[in-house]
Amino acid sequence: MNAQIVLLLAQDGLTNGAIYALLALSILLVFTVTRVLFIPQGEFAAYSALTMAAIQAGKPAALVWLLMAFALCEALADLWTIYKRAGRVRVSVLWLCKLAYPFALAALFHLLPLASLPMAVQALLTLALVVPMGPQIYRLFYQPIATASPLVLLIVSIALHLALQGLGLLAFGADGGRTTPFVDATLSLGSTLRINGQAACVVLVSILLIVALYLFFGRTMYGKALRAVAYNRVGARLMGISPTFAGKITFFFAALVGAVSGLLIAPITTLYFDSGFLLGLKGFVGAIIGGLVSYPAAAAGSLLVGLIESFSSFYASAYKGVIVFTLIIPVLLWRSLKSRHVEEEEEQA
Amino acid sequence: MKSMKLTLAATAVAALFSLPAMAQVKIGVVTSATGPTALVGIPQKNTVPLLPTKIGDLTVQYISLDDGSDTTASVTDVKKLISEDHVDAIIGPSGSPNAMAVIPFVAEAGVPLLAPVGTAAAVLPMTPQKKWVFKTTQNDGLIAQALIDQMSKSGIKTLGFIGLSDPFGENWYKVTSELAAKAGIKIVANERFSRVDTSVTGQALHILAANPQAVLVAAPGGASVLPEKTLVDQGYKGQFYQTHGAALDAFLKLGGKEVNGTILAASLMLVLPEISDSNPSKAVAEKYVDAYKKLYGHEPATFGANVYDAGLLLEHAIPIAEKSGKPGTKAFRSALRDALEQTKELVGTQGVYNMTPEDHSGFDKRGRELITVKNGHWTLLK
Repeated sequence: MNAQIVLLLAQDGLTNGAIYALLALSILLVFTVTRVLFIPQGEFAAYSALTMAAIQAGKPAALVWLLMAFALCEALADLWTIYKRAGRVRVSVLWLCKLAYPFALAALFHLLPLASLPMAVQALLTLALVVPMGPQIYRLFYQPIATASPLVLLIVSIALHLALQGLGLLAFGADGGRTTPFVDATLSLGSTLRINGQAACVVLVSILLIVALYLFFGRTMYGKALRAVAYNRVGARLMGISPTFAGKITFFFAALVGAVSGLLIAPITTLYFDSGFLLGLKGFVGAIIGGLVSYPAAAAGSLLVGLIESFSSFYASAYKGVIVFTLIIPVLLWRSLKSRHVEEEEEQA
Repeated sequence: MKSMKLTLAATAVAALFSLPAMAQVKIGVVTSATGPTALVGIPQKNTVPLLPTKIGDLTVQYISLDDGSDTTASVTDVKKLISEDHVDAIIGPSGSPNAMAVIPFVAEAGVPLLAPVGTAAAVLPMTPQKKWVFKTTQNDGLIAQALIDQMSKSGIKTLGFIGLSDPFGENWYKVTSELAAKAGIKIVANERFSRVDTSVTGQALHILAANPQAVLVAAPGGASVLPEKTLVDQGYKGQFYQTHGAALDAFLKLGGKEVNGTILAASLMLVLPEISDSNPSKAVAEKYVDAYKKLYGHEPATFGANVYDAGLLLEHAIPIAEKSGKPGTKAFRSALRDALEQTKELVGTQGVYNMTPEDHSGFDKRGRELITVKNGHWTLLK
């Protein structure tokens, strides 16, 4: 073990940690605003990575079918809601746009020479396909039961995770996917340190995304509204903030952050239809370290998970998973001893 | 995927309309067409419609179930096949841990199990329970021996090992370390990783620090690519060896130019056009590959051939067993087991089967070829 190995391991740990941090932040965001423990968070990462791989291989992205199906269900559900409220069916422009979007996207996928597009366009197409699923999922699965207890929401999350994983297998097949790196350069600093371009890219984009989210929540009206919902649901509602809107926009961000982290990690490793769960789980461990309340603590916890994972894979690779997930026990012990137990706000909701 | 649905529908319709007019043999098939082992399970499930539907004057009905790669579900499936469908034999399950879990149940009911799984532990060491199990893949030891021989020939003295932290990786480490010790090759690094790991940098650095002349990666499917790519990225220059688990086109696709020069031992299906016509398996394998291609439009992974071979074994053994009893009776199943055990010189897609009471896998050197990657294609190693 010398300085060079330590540096390489740290670089590897921070790269993975940055991805876990992104996932931890979106899990935390979703939980504070909607009380949903969003288990399928990692699925967005796997979906976007595999979609990108499919695009680069010039194959049509089969996931478009899922987007269409979701859009159809959403359109029907919206119509039903309007019918129940107004007694007749009315069609708005927004409703038509939402319904037409996946079909337009499918046409785009069909017409464009996918494999030969510049990488930025491929990435944008991937995001255009994966990110709308966030609000769709909220509309279809969580909005109808938004006032249910966190336990019910958790059960829905688990069911959703299993369903999305199965649909991923159907859409992408069992083979893994790997994409071409955004940056192929390797930066040498002196003789001991080599910085992998893609790894630097991961860390950089993660930091940018975190800063952007920070600015959004600190400076904009929408961000402040979301924070208000997270702080006090009933109070926010009394102030005229729609919980439905808050839920949709939160899931939009969760899907965006998940999809971006998938794009970032896809060139470094092989991702499979079921890789998302473990990624999300490690992000979850990070979020738990933050007590599911503090964003900086969740980010720091995720980096810690990445570093511990990296160093334990060097020292005792056979026990890596055990070491990472055992970490959660002392943290939970410490957390539960330190914090006062607060009763679940079930009655109030 | 569309073809998979079609198959499903076809199987369902067939199950509805097949009337038990003639004497009928029922074969249960358990595969992992969904879940983490789906890579192995899908080609196996797809192979079911290619299995013989008429053996002698008996019709054969296949009841195909999916275990979702879940060990508990495999056991449930097998119990259901035995107690409700009264099957005469079972092909499956896809995963090694799944196969190990169902052995006590098939043995208790006295139903022969033809397991298309990798681990040799399914049939070795032979016990009264494993008497009922036959394995249609090459034993790890047979493949490992070929690799170790090749290493000795090219003067390799130190070896690094990286395998999955599951029964596949553990068993490979066991056989490799035994054979390597005999050949005077020292294993200087022994690492584990898991299929869904996003990074194996730590393990790669450990191997790099030990600096072996060659590295053996033991992982099935696409997972076999990550350690090799990471080591190349870290600047490792030695020779790479892979197991028959990597014998998939996904390996070439995911590996790209970095995996050129990798050596592995696997079934001849991978390099079918290069095999000489004198090899008896060539014709059988070609027939299977063509039939599969006709049905699904792409070539099967070698995993599918393991199920096809199970069909060939049954096709050979059922007429013999029929003499001792009617299908559906205990006498028939017992005779079927005995007949399978006496299989001699049966040509399958991957080699030639010679079963004995001690060896329920039955492959010899004809069941493997040394293969290398050249310019992104599999070629015979010469």
